[in-house]
Amino acid sequence: MATDPTDPNAPRVGVDEWVASHEQRRVRRTGLLGVVERELERVPSPAFYLAFGVAAAILPALTSNGYVIKVGLDTLLYMLLALGLNITVGYAGLLDLGYVAFYGFAAYGYAMLASPKFGLHWATVGVIPLVVLATVILGFLVALPSRRLVGDYLAIVTLFFGELFATVYQNGEHMSLLGFTKAKDVTGGPNGIPNIDQFHVFGARIGTLNYTAYYYVALIFFMVLLLAMYLVDRSRTGRAWKSLREDPLAAELMGIPVNRLKLVAFACGAGIAGLAGTVFAAANTAVFASEFDFTSGLLIIVYAMLILGGAGSLGGVILGALVVNVSLEVLRTPGHATWVFYVLIAGTLVARVRPWRWLALVIAGTAGFGFVVHAIVSAAWPRGVHGQAPVGGVLGSGLGHWVILPSNPMTIGNVAFVFLVLAVLALTLLRGWAQRLAMIPTLYLAAFVWENRLAVEPSVTRLILVGVILIVLMNARPQGLLGTSRVEIV
Amino acid sequence: MNWNLFLTELVAGISHGSVYALIALGYSMVYGILKLLNFAHGDVYMVGSFIGFGIIGVFGGATNLSVSVWVLLFLMLLGAMLGGGLLGVMIERFAYRRLRNAPRIAPLITALGVSFFLENAAQLVLGAQYQSYNSFSWKSPIALDHFTLPAHAVISYAEVIIIVGTIVLVVGLTLFVQRTQLGKAMRATSFDREAAAMMGIDVDNVIVATFFIGSALAGAAGVLNGIEYQQVWPYMGFTAGLYAFIAAVVGGIGNLPGAVLGGLTIGLAQAFSIGYISSTFSDAVVFAILIAVMIVRPSGLLGRAAVQKV
Repeated sequence: MATDPTDPNAPRVGVDEWVASHEQRRVRRTGLLGVVERELERVPSPAFYLAFGVAAAILPALTSNGYVIKVGLDTLLYMLLALGLNITVGYAGLLDLGYVAFYGFAAYGYAMLASPKFGLHWATVGVIPLVVLATVILGFLVALPSRRLVGDYLAIVTLFFGELFATVYQNGEHMSLLGFTKAKDVTGGPNGIPNIDQFHVFGARIGTLNYTAYYYVALIFFMVLLLAMYLVDRSRTGRAWKSLREDPLAAELMGIPVNRLKLVAFACGAGIAGLAGTVFAAANTAVFASEFDFTSGLLIIVYAMLILGGAGSLGGVILGALVVNVSLEVLRTPGHATWVFYVLIAGTLVARVRPWRWLALVIAGTAGFGFVVHAIVSAAWPRGVHGQAPVGGVLGSGLGHWVILPSNPMTIGNVAFVFLVLAVLALTLLRGWAQRLAMIPTLYLAAFVWENRLAVEPSVTRLILVGVILIVLMNARPQGLLGTSRVEIV
Repeated sequence: MNWNLFLTELVAGISHGSVYALIALGYSMVYGILKLLNFAHGDVYMVGSFIGFGIIGVFGGATNLSVSVWVLLFLMLLGAMLGGGLLGVMIERFAYRRLRNAPRIAPLITALGVSFFLENAAQLVLGAQYQSYNSFSWKSPIALDHFTLPAHAVISYAEVIIIVGTIVLVVGLTLFVQRTQLGKAMRATSFDREAAAMMGIDVDNVIVATFFIGSALAGAAGVLNGIEYQQVWPYMGFTAGLYAFIAAVVGGIGNLPGAVLGGLTIGLAQAFSIGYISSTFSDAVVFAILIAVMIVRPSGLLGRAAVQKV
């Protein structure tokens, strides 16, 4: 059967018919939500990026709170990092686990060329391109031996490269070239490099710790790169990268230069991380190697951002970095974190537990269960309710009568944490009414652990939650919030 | 030539390498069957080490043990292997099983998440500080002391225990994989999962068994490492896991003798570069070996080149 090329319904050449008609078969929401969703989909994505840019640009005008600006700057740096990682992981599908090393390499590079460390105070307009170029070359060098490797081997090589970077810079205060030259202090070792120069362009100089200025610098970098990425996304190279991600073998057979594209993807990602690194070094005025190793969690956090938003989606980069970094910041203050915790739990219950009778039963059951347990414990073991809730106000006093708060919660809280993990895992195995009933004690246990252990140690809790986000998200929605799910064609 | 330094580093390298080999075996087994890099494997090793530490505490602490050292060692290994094995099975059940047919990158990122979760959960529950096995103060009936080889090289009994323990475990594993029915099923599944399923092998069971055995070996490695190097802390699994990983890749991932050979190679390379060059550069030497192997023999020293079928 010959198809008429002018017929709009005819399948386009080179497009699988099933994939091409995938839009029509999508299940759409009905009612008001559906209308909103359809209208939003018609807005071109650059309009969203522009809206984000405008909103971000007026943020410093709305608040004089230095802390908010600092968090905004951090978020923008994370966005830059996620944008770079999006090329390597999101487009080209190369699992680069040494990504943070490029960031650190550039931060140190800027620090060495523009600080009293070696007495060099080069001009910013020269240092930034130089450092970015060096990072791109480093990216090339790392990718060079690994480009022939399958995804997993690349992951190992890059992960080890990242750790190697951190170790060498951490111990770089007596560095000699394999014992041939005299030991020299290159990286400052654990003390890092302090007193880094501020950005200065043609006589104009950003004041020390002037986060607002750096916020704008990072924002401009981000918006320019976002535009570039939007164009790359639709270019030949962008399409080639994505075909590489979907099936390297098929891409190669179609004549796509797989090796070269891998190298370029790697180097581009590294370059963007390098740019972010220079801003980071100048804004913070000091760099330490420990900020870039695995235990700092930076790598995992950037991955969580990318994955949450949806790898391969530019809007996802913005959304992911915003959501993850703002929630991590909120978690720093136990008072705020507790509110977020309960709102999140309530929200999850409302979204997941259907029909509403069960929802009402679970919530009422949990509340009742708590009061009963609290009453029993306060009668049998008074010291078990003497602790202080980490949040004040109405919520705090309410919780004080509901959750058991032992005066010394360390040991029992730790044991409860382990049981909570086991209980949540068991919950995923149950079905039907058994699951709903089991939810009641589990929720109470969660509240108990939260009040006694998690809320009081925010620094660890944040990292635990990042790990949990990755696991849950990958199991529930591997394509992320804004990513498009893959269509598997066999 | 300085024989003292050479012998000391040789034994240290072999004992360190044995620990890497035990961890690498688990990586390799899981990779062979699921083609999954289980980043959380190093953290199973950490948990095993902490279980051993806990068992020392149960029997009165290092300085006044209430049982003989042999009994203690046996219980520590047993506990760490059981605990590690169960943890491995749980990780497989709850984090990886649903992702078996997902795109390759999904389970990898999940594995990173599991690793990060375990490390930080351990930090929350057990504290961030270093704990010590204090095994040099164990007294009855033997003290884990040192003895001297010719050329005044000082070797500790702990190193001997590590090496002997590893040999026993590796021989046991080899016998299991080669001689038992389940071992046969494992080899079949690793060769071709779908074909094995069609031949009536319960692939789910085989995968669970693989995770259990691999993780039990990592748990044992945690205890053995603790006896010699004393320290346990929540992030110990990351570095050790990374070296073991490299060992598995250098030896040929998916290949069990390769994992042992790779472990010994990495252990020796590390020990000799610490002894003869400097500790800062030992990582660089290991990295150089990894890169060299990747370029010259991408499938590892003992691995067979994979033929990609389309």
